[in-house]
Amino acid sequence: MSVVIAIGTRKGLWLARSDDRATWTLDGPHFLAQEIASVAIDTRRSPARLIVGVLSMHWGPTLAWSDDLGATWNETGNGAICFPTDTGAALARVWQIQPDSADRPDVVWAGCEPTSLWRSGDGGLTFDLVRGLWDHPHRPEWAPGFGGAAVHTVLPHPTSSQVLVAMSTGGVYVSDDGASGWTPRNRGIAAYFMPGPEPEFGQCVHKVAVDAAGPETLYAQNHHGVYRSDDGGLQWNSIAEGLPSDFGFIALSSPHRPGTAWVMPLVADSARVPPEGRMRLHRTRDGGRTWAEHGPGLPDDTWTVVLRDAACVDRLDPTGVYLGTRDGCVYASADEGETFSVLATHLPDILSVRAAVLA
Amino acid sequence: MTAAQPGGVTVRLPSVLADLASGRRRLDVVPSPTTVGGLLDVLSLDYPVLVRRVRDESDAVRRFVNVYVDGEDIRHLDGLATPVRAGSDVQILPSVAGG
Repeated sequence: MSVVIAIGTRKGLWLARSDDRATWTLDGPHFLAQEIASVAIDTRRSPARLIVGVLSMHWGPTLAWSDDLGATWNETGNGAICFPTDTGAALARVWQIQPDSADRPDVVWAGCEPTSLWRSGDGGLTFDLVRGLWDHPHRPEWAPGFGGAAVHTVLPHPTSSQVLVAMSTGGVYVSDDGASGWTPRNRGIAAYFMPGPEPEFGQCVHKVAVDAAGPETLYAQNHHGVYRSDDGGLQWNSIAEGLPSDFGFIALSSPHRPGTAWVMPLVADSARVPPEGRMRLHRTRDGGRTWAEHGPGLPDDTWTVVLRDAACVDRLDPTGVYLGTRDGCVYASADEGETFSVLATHLPDILSVRAAVLA
Repeated sequence: MTAAQPGGVTVRLPSVLADLASGRRRLDVVPSPTTVGGLLDVLSLDYPVLVRRVRDESDAVRRFVNVYVDGEDIRHLDGLATPVRAGSDVQILPSVAGG
C-alpha cells in the first residue's frame, strides 16, 4: 500500500508518496513555472492515471496526463479540451478533473473556465462540451467570482446518470438525465451579495461534498454559509451553528462514516484569514449538528488559507486528511483530522491537492 | 518542414518551445504560406501542441505571446492576416509577463 498526494501549485506540480502516512518523499517540480489548478489521480485503471490541468501564463491552458506517476507526461495534440468553433470561446483554465464511478471507467469530467462542463469517454484524452449546461438560459447571469467564472465542482452520481455541478457564481445545478437538462438547486442557500429575497440561482457556492451515507446527503461551503442537504440539493439547511465563522473555501466528507465532514472557517468577508491567526479544521460527526475544533499540528500565528481544491481525504480507514496552504505548506493527518504533521513546506502557493491509495 | 531551406518562411522559436518542435528553434516552411494564420495552419500539421501554445481554439493569438514578422508585431499589422512571403522572418516570443 502506498499513498500518493498530488500537490498542484501556482508554479508546478509535486508528488508525495508514503507507505505509512508518517514519512513522505517529495518528487517535483513537474511543469515548473506553470499553474496546476486541478489534478486527479484516476485509480480505476491500472496503472493509475494522473491528469492535470496546466496553465502557462504565456502559453495558455492544457491538459496533461501520465500513466507512470509523472515519469513521463503526454498531452493530446489538438487539445483535450477545446471549445467548438460556434461558441467563440476559448479554454481559460481547467478548474476540476473528476473521474466518474468505477462502473464507468473511461468517463472523466472536467469543470472549466469559462463556466463549462466537459465529459470524456476515453479516460481523459479528449472531452466533449456538455451543451446542455453551456446553452443554459441562465448563463448570461452567471457572474464571475474573483477567481474567474468556472465550474469548480463536479459530482457524478455513483449509480445513476445524475450529475451535480457547482459554479461561482451560479450555485448548484443538477442534471437528472445524463447532463442534458440542468436545473438550479440552491433553495435555502443565501446570497447576501445580491439584493432581494434568496434567488433561484446566482449563489457563490465554494465547494460541495457527498456524505458517506449516499449522494442524497450533501455538504456545501458557501460564500458565507455552511449547509447540508438530505435530498440531493432540493433543499439546503444551515449547519453553521457552532462554527466560529460561516465563511470558508473547503468542504470535505468521510468516504466511510456517514455524518462526518470537515470545514475550515475563515474570518470574512474581506479578511479571509484564520480566526485569530489560528489555522484550525472543524469536524462534525453528526451531519453538522455539532462541530469540534481540531488543531494539533496546524500552525498558529498564520494568515494563510486553504483554497477550495487544496484539501482532500484519502480512502483509508481511518481517513487521511490533507491540507495545502497558500504559503506552500502541506499538512497531513492520518487520524481523520485530529492531529497533523508537516508533509511539505516552502512550495509555491497551493491550489489543488488530491490523494490516492495505490496497491 | 526542414532546416534552412530557401524560398520559405523562417520561424524562430524561444527555447521554451523547442521541445514542441522536435528540439528545433528554427523551422523553415516551404513553400511560403500567404499569411501568419496560414503559416500556423501548416505548422499545426506537424506540431499541433506548439501551435496551441501560440493561438487558442478561437483563433486568437494568446494574450502574452507576441508574433513578429520581419521585426513588426502582428498586433500592429493585420494580426493573423498579416502577409508573409518567401524570405519572411517570423519570430515568436513570450511577452513581459508573469509573477
